[in-house]
Amino acid sequence: MNRRPHVRRQYWNAPTMSWWERLYLPEIVRGLSITGGVFVRNMWRWMTLRKGALTTYYPEETRADYAANNRGKHILTQRPDGRPQCIACNMCATVCPAQCIEIDAAFDPDDPAHPKSPSAFTIDYSRCIFCGLCIEACPEDAIRMVRMVPDFPGRDRERMWITLPELLSWNPQSDVAKPYPGKTGTATFRESR
Amino acid sequence: MIQDLVIAIVYIGYALTVLLLFGTVLTWVERKQAAVMSDRIGANRAYVRIPFTQVKLVWWGLFHGMADGLKMLLKEDWKPAAYDRLAYMIAPWVVFTPVLLVFGVIPFGGTLDPGKLLSALPAVADWFGERSYPMQIARLDAGLLIVFAFGGLSVIGAMLAGWSSSNKFSMLGALRAGAQMISYELVMGLTVLGLILIYGTLDLNAMVQQQSGLVLGFLPAWGIVYQPFAATLFLTAAIAENKRIPFDLPEAESELIAGFYTEYSAMKMGLFMFAEFIEIAIIGALFTTLFLGGYNLPFLNDSGFALPGGHVVPLAHGTVVVLQLSTFLVKVLAMSSFQILIRWTLPRFRFDQVLMFAWKFMLPLCLANLVVTAVVVFLLQR
Repeated sequence: MNRRPHVRRQYWNAPTMSWWERLYLPEIVRGLSITGGVFVRNMWRWMTLRKGALTTYYPEETRADYAANNRGKHILTQRPDGRPQCIACNMCATVCPAQCIEIDAAFDPDDPAHPKSPSAFTIDYSRCIFCGLCIEACPEDAIRMVRMVPDFPGRDRERMWITLPELLSWNPQSDVAKPYPGKTGTATFRESR
Repeated sequence: MIQDLVIAIVYIGYALTVLLLFGTVLTWVERKQAAVMSDRIGANRAYVRIPFTQVKLVWWGLFHGMADGLKMLLKEDWKPAAYDRLAYMIAPWVVFTPVLLVFGVIPFGGTLDPGKLLSALPAVADWFGERSYPMQIARLDAGLLIVFAFGGLSVIGAMLAGWSSSNKFSMLGALRAGAQMISYELVMGLTVLGLILIYGTLDLNAMVQQQSGLVLGFLPAWGIVYQPFAATLFLTAAIAENKRIPFDLPEAESELIAGFYTEYSAMKMGLFMFAEFIEIAIIGALFTTLFLGGYNLPFLNDSGFALPGGHVVPLAHGTVVVLQLSTFLVKVLAMSSFQILIRWTLPRFRFDQVLMFAWKFMLPLCLANLVVTAVVVFLLQR
């Protein structure tokens, strides 16, 4: 770069300012009035007991505007008598890339059609990557993901595990494949805690 | 004589309380105002639990300042391997102390008459007798000079900090701080010269007393009415002195980590931050004193309100004192809030732009303002 140091280089995208903008002050006043206006507007909303911010108070409040395709939480489908559809074959746990599914199998000799069922089904949401491969792998349509978000915030990681009763506490509205036993109320994930 | 001492101690206690309180509260104001300006909520999770109950006091996140202070106190006081021990130790104090000292000459209220104020306690009132004191720690003829003398000291602190921590970023920050603060000090001094010409004194209390009347029958005779131009330039230069955005080049974190206090940790770093926040309040107080009539409210004098049309609302001495004190505090808080508004609105200058702005833009304007003021004052005095 062979140029005299005191000569200012000309940039192709040098900002062009009119003399009004060069005065600094009017433009600064304009900027201040924009930010100050937002401040006054939000304070006025706050004083009239409305919300003056876009922020969601996260653990206390969940956003209403999750995408329609959001599938944030696992559930286990059920047989007509309410027992899990799952046959504890461990295929979801095997395919899981995050290795976050743990299944303990139980044996029931009185039910020769479905002798195996899960006695414990735990998904560790601190590891789950929500890839949906468990749903793809399941031969029984026993695990699905629904349009909810798990209740994450907590002080220890045990609180981020979802267990069998919570996986079963959901209320399907309609399913063309199988009839479900009617349940009362809509069990949300948070209420089930 | 003992009475004078008592009053002086009371004043010093008041000033220290106010300043430290401002330093703490302004951190909260800055957080919250910035949040509200950008559609956010701001820090609101710290709370104090009343012992043995489950009552948690959140108070809009006011306790985050306490949590910050505690964190600063409990953090490891890490020191760089090679540094100038003495300079490194005293640098935060060299920055912090002058900021507090400046408040010594700023009048924060009118005249205090302890005998009248404490008339409910006859013994105390008799002890004070007819003495009256201006509400100012040190009433000095050279008040404004003292302000600039102490204001200039904090450059030394920044330079010491940068030089002693033997770090390139610190050094660069210190050099920037030196160049910038010396340039803007000049501008600041020149803007105030116009006021000195108008009021004919350097005594801040006398300046404030001259701002108590009305101009043209309706405008308060505040400095900003006589010198609106100088007021703007003064505020700009003062923000540059305080090294805050848009003039935060000495500590520009995207370029220099933390500038001249890169190598400081724990409470030493906290002192730098605290000094910055107290200086916001000091700048507010100076601006209030010089340009916004100090403790004066329109129509208020030491005996009560004298409204136009001959209406007089007499007020007790205690009421007037409280009114003047709170007027000053409200004005200072409003100015601090305005500075925070500026800080969260404007982007940062480039360093050559900062110096160019001082020497090529503000200095000629100051000189022009000074010449015009001098001519007008000369013509009016003839």
